[in-house]
Amino acid sequence: MKNTISILVENKPGVLARIAAMFSARNYNIDSLSVAETIDPTVSRITCTAVGDNLEIEQVMKQLRKLIDVIRVVNFTTANGDFITREMALIKVSARERNRAEIMRTADIFRAKIVDASRESLTLEVTGDEGKIDAMLELLTPFGIVEIARTGQVALSRGGRSLIDRHTGAGKPPVRKRSTHSRV
Amino acid sequence: MKRLTGAQIVFESLLREGAEVIFGYPGGAVINLYDELINYPQIKHVLVRHEQAALHAADGYARATGKTGVCLVTSGPGATNVVTGVVTAFMDSIPVVVLTGQVATHQIGNDAFQEADILGITRTCTKHNYLVKDAAEVAKAIREGFHIASTGRPGPVVIDLPKDVLSGQAPFEYSEKVQIRGYSPVTSGHPGQIKLAIREILKAKKPVIYAGGGVIHSGAQQELIALAESARIPVTVTLLGLGGFPGDHPLFLGMLGMHGTYAANKAVTQCDLLIAIGSRFDDRATGNVQTFAPSARVIHVDIDPSSISKNVTVNVPIVGDAKNVLARIVKLLKEQGDVWKAARKPWLDEVNRYSSEHPLFYEPSRDVIKPQYVIQQIHRLTGGNAIIATEVGQHQMWTAQFYPFTQPRTILSSGGLGTMGYGLPAAIGAQIAFPDRTVFDIAGEGSFQMNVQELATVVQYRLPIKVALLNNHSLGMVRQWQELFFNERYSGVSLEVQPDFVKLAEAYGVAGLRADHPHEVVPCLEKALSTKGPVVVDFIVDPMENVYPMVPPGHDIDRMILGKPDRKAKRVVPLTFPS
Repeated sequence: MKNTISILVENKPGVLARIAAMFSARNYNIDSLSVAETIDPTVSRITCTAVGDNLEIEQVMKQLRKLIDVIRVVNFTTANGDFITREMALIKVSARERNRAEIMRTADIFRAKIVDASRESLTLEVTGDEGKIDAMLELLTPFGIVEIARTGQVALSRGGRSLIDRHTGAGKPPVRKRSTHSRV
Repeated sequence: MKRLTGAQIVFESLLREGAEVIFGYPGGAVINLYDELINYPQIKHVLVRHEQAALHAADGYARATGKTGVCLVTSGPGATNVVTGVVTAFMDSIPVVVLTGQVATHQIGNDAFQEADILGITRTCTKHNYLVKDAAEVAKAIREGFHIASTGRPGPVVIDLPKDVLSGQAPFEYSEKVQIRGYSPVTSGHPGQIKLAIREILKAKKPVIYAGGGVIHSGAQQELIALAESARIPVTVTLLGLGGFPGDHPLFLGMLGMHGTYAANKAVTQCDLLIAIGSRFDDRATGNVQTFAPSARVIHVDIDPSSISKNVTVNVPIVGDAKNVLARIVKLLKEQGDVWKAARKPWLDEVNRYSSEHPLFYEPSRDVIKPQYVIQQIHRLTGGNAIIATEVGQHQMWTAQFYPFTQPRTILSSGGLGTMGYGLPAAIGAQIAFPDRTVFDIAGEGSFQMNVQELATVVQYRLPIKVALLNNHSLGMVRQWQELFFNERYSGVSLEVQPDFVKLAEAYGVAGLRADHPHEVVPCLEKALSTKGPVVVDFIVDPMENVYPMVPPGHDIDRMILGKPDRKAKRVVPLTFPS
């Protein structure tokens, strides 16, 4: 199963290397990764997705927590409560006169933006969960995809609280009622 | 505030951490530290002859004392030479702080002379590591480094110190408190989990305690004895757990695993409750993990959550310090009164039967020295009060089997990594810590030669270490595997070409003795023990002697090879076992 793991770490040089090294030394795989500073400049958030059975992912979580520079770890996939994931992709599609309109219609359907255009191509920017981006790629494939650049997943829990607030519970977010929040 | 150089800050910090000894080797990148060292006579520096030995010595010092060992080496090759020692300490959870020199900060990444990315190299084999980029950060790194190395599950911490950081200046302030938001080891077990454990113990008919190095690290021997005695539970230990439970105790089963006793392996296989304490279900202990303790419920007490349910599914995990948790369990059990006396009898009878069916044995000889005999005599002549370091191989396993360790911190042995060449430097570390105790390095001639240069260190610091070389003219453990599993096709194991170890010892200024014949064993050992200084005794032992029992790698641990099938022992030499 694919797990979305959110890791708050010290924003220091070498921390990403520690995490990557742990994954490779323990023979785990990272499928996607995204890293950026949080609103607290001393803290970075790493969102990674990893495939594994429950036992394996439980070990990943424990090994992550063991790293001194790791402040908090949550596996959104197994934790109680909903979460949102987003990815972004830039997709360069070959676009001649005859299929230009159709590509633009497809972009509309997925609420993608056209961020660059040339005689032979259109470049689309699309945001969404993994499924949406996969679906859009499938529809664009017949036109000829020249190249794509896709970000790793980022994720946040739904509801009002942040990961850093949860000082207790060893990475387990509190059980929340199924949300009344709107879902986009 | 007073401004000090980075080098001064290092020593001021070490003093505040209570460091008394540094095992080290100088070089260009740490020359400022060596210059400053002269101003700190409170700190003893032990100059080894190879950096690897500096780390093993710091490790041996830590194992023997329980304090954090300190090692100091230069950049580049100095740092890379300690990596084996770092991994050795990491695998066995030994607290050491390793100070490595580094090229100046502006040169880092430029392939400068004697530059190595030791931070990157040791990332996955340290508990944590630091590259200090400013003299003002030195004190904090050392404070945190000692804290991290010695708390929770102990381990090595590398602190990389660039040359310009050591020569640079900064105000010195040493904070007592350490605050690391990502690090707060849990030491007291969860009360709910402890209650569950009590329930399991009350329910169990055939419990076994399987104790590891965690018992030693947390100083839990008394609590372990109390648990075993109060609930009448037999105890087996891992290699690192030796001394955590008295080897002469009636409830002691001996070591388990690949070269464990028949009784221990059988008891673990038959038990209905396995209480693992500070042990990590290593493959050398479990054999085939699928059939390990197949019908047992498992309680696992460990300070490292990632050790729990890593290899074996655990029913009652308890994250905490062994000493704390065991004390709680014992207290709660005592409230139950002695409800076990009658109930345990069938199980203890069964276990005792295992012990008497197949005790540890070897075939004594009048013609050739049996290595096990030498070990038994060392135990007898030292009254079991020596600190024993071992190298790695057959002699290590024979020591684990035939030397009944009764006290914690009396065996220094590389278990997890199995590092040949560990023993002599570890003995140096222990002898530095305890100048008046008898320290033995029980060695094979293969391992001994991996750090034999340390005899010079032994002489320089007048350390009366006794090396008992069990010389079988081969890499015995590998030879044994080739004999048993590769149809006696011996490949790369002959050490027929070897120095005259007596002369070699003498060349270093160490007394050398040789015993070729069984009747020379005791006189040689007596002579070694009555000699004031260091001694190497070269025991020429039976070259074909094997370590038994043996569980073939990956097999079920209750299916042991108990001895050479064609050599039926006429007279067995049983050890003391529960009667």
